[in-house]
Amino acid sequence: MSDVFFTRAGKLAARKVAGEVVILRADDSSLYVLNPVAAAVWEAADGRTPLGAVVRDVICRDYDVDPETALRDASEFLAALAAQGILHTSEQPLPPAGQALDGARA
Amino acid sequence: MSALMQQVWDRALEQRIPLSVQFDLTYRCNERCVHCYLDHDDHGEMTTAEVKSVLDQLAAAGTLFLIFSGGELLLRKDLFELLAYARELGFDIKLKTNAILLGEREADRIRELGVRSVQVSIYSHRPEVHDGITKVPGSLHRSLAGIRFLQARGLHVLIANVLMTQNAADYPHVRALAAELGVECTIDPTITPKMDGDTSILNLRISEPQLLRVYTDKSLIADFANEPTTDDEMLDARPCSAGHTACYISPYGDVFPCVQFPLPTGNLRGQRFGDVWHQSPQMNEVREIRMRDLPTCSTCSFMTTCTRCPGLAYMEGNMKGPSSADCEKSMVRARGQAAGKDVA
Repeated sequence: MSDVFFTRAGKLAARKVAGEVVILRADDSSLYVLNPVAAAVWEAADGRTPLGAVVRDVICRDYDVDPETALRDASEFLAALAAQGILHTSEQPLPPAGQALDGARA
Repeated sequence: MSALMQQVWDRALEQRIPLSVQFDLTYRCNERCVHCYLDHDDHGEMTTAEVKSVLDQLAAAGTLFLIFSGGELLLRKDLFELLAYARELGFDIKLKTNAILLGEREADRIRELGVRSVQVSIYSHRPEVHDGITKVPGSLHRSLAGIRFLQARGLHVLIANVLMTQNAADYPHVRALAAELGVECTIDPTITPKMDGDTSILNLRISEPQLLRVYTDKSLIADFANEPTTDDEMLDARPCSAGHTACYISPYGDVFPCVQFPLPTGNLRGQRFGDVWHQSPQMNEVREIRMRDLPTCSTCSFMTTCTRCPGLAYMEGNMKGPSSADCEKSMVRARGQAAGKDVA
């Protein structure tokens, strides 16, 4: 799971409101408010940074948590957000900037 | 509103975040509705680059809900460029349109861009009444065609049915039409003065007996439901979201607390949005007002159930005064209750 890459799904609205990431789906108006770890995963969703790097470089830096626990929590959030259609996951990174794929960004 | 959504609004209120902004991109219009409060001449609306700059500033300020309205939006040739830009910035977007220029191609683009909701004004199920209000022959037919294009693509569509003397009896049929089309419908008996202060169109407001009929129509209870609160809670309450979590921007860059509250607070051609929002003395005056500061309304027996609009009060000359239209609504509701009817 640490090598998985992820991008934001299309047709979502999102904003950081008072420190929390708020996401709204255009198709059914579902609302999501992410906790800080899920928000870190969301904000790092560029399709090129693997989850393991997000855990190491962002979550472990900002929160007092060991890498193993952080990766397990982040993996759970990623799976949950992917199951909701909020994030798309891939075993391959997106091509370098300038060669963006359709639907890679909301 | 869900509890989670209420939490988001509460946090925005605590942090003074303009969570919702109505942004009119043009006042030009291809209809000439008899009750419209706008001047449709173009007095120099913002350019594409100016609008994009404002959108950047709104995103930075924390705005999530963006309502693009007009005038008629589809008269802006750069509309889809602006929509795409706004979506890139992560806004949740609702459009307000008359839909008469909305064909299959436009509906496809709206769908592709991830617009969440489209509101279309329909005044009557009868072409002669609807077209008589818009002053455009064939407009009902074209607006309904636009709605069908949107609905067929799975978009959330809302019919807005503004009531006035000409169409007061037609709302049950408009609601039936909405149900047939598979879209939602809201009823609104509010006619506001023109933005330049001209009150001549207020004679289009529906009569008290017509208002009583609306307020005693059991099929509309949910539309007008208003939870009573205690007097103490009410006295500490803010009159509405205008200036607290919401505001309005005109095509010329003017910032007002609300589309119905034309108190000038700044202009984005010479000021940054964040400066207007946080530092405008007028905006701060609006947001300091609590119900207990309203000399007449705070002692009124209808205070806990009244739907007083501060903007309408402002247009009557005093933002801390009563709004006579809302006083009338409160009295009509009370009359309905006194008659033993089930009134929301």
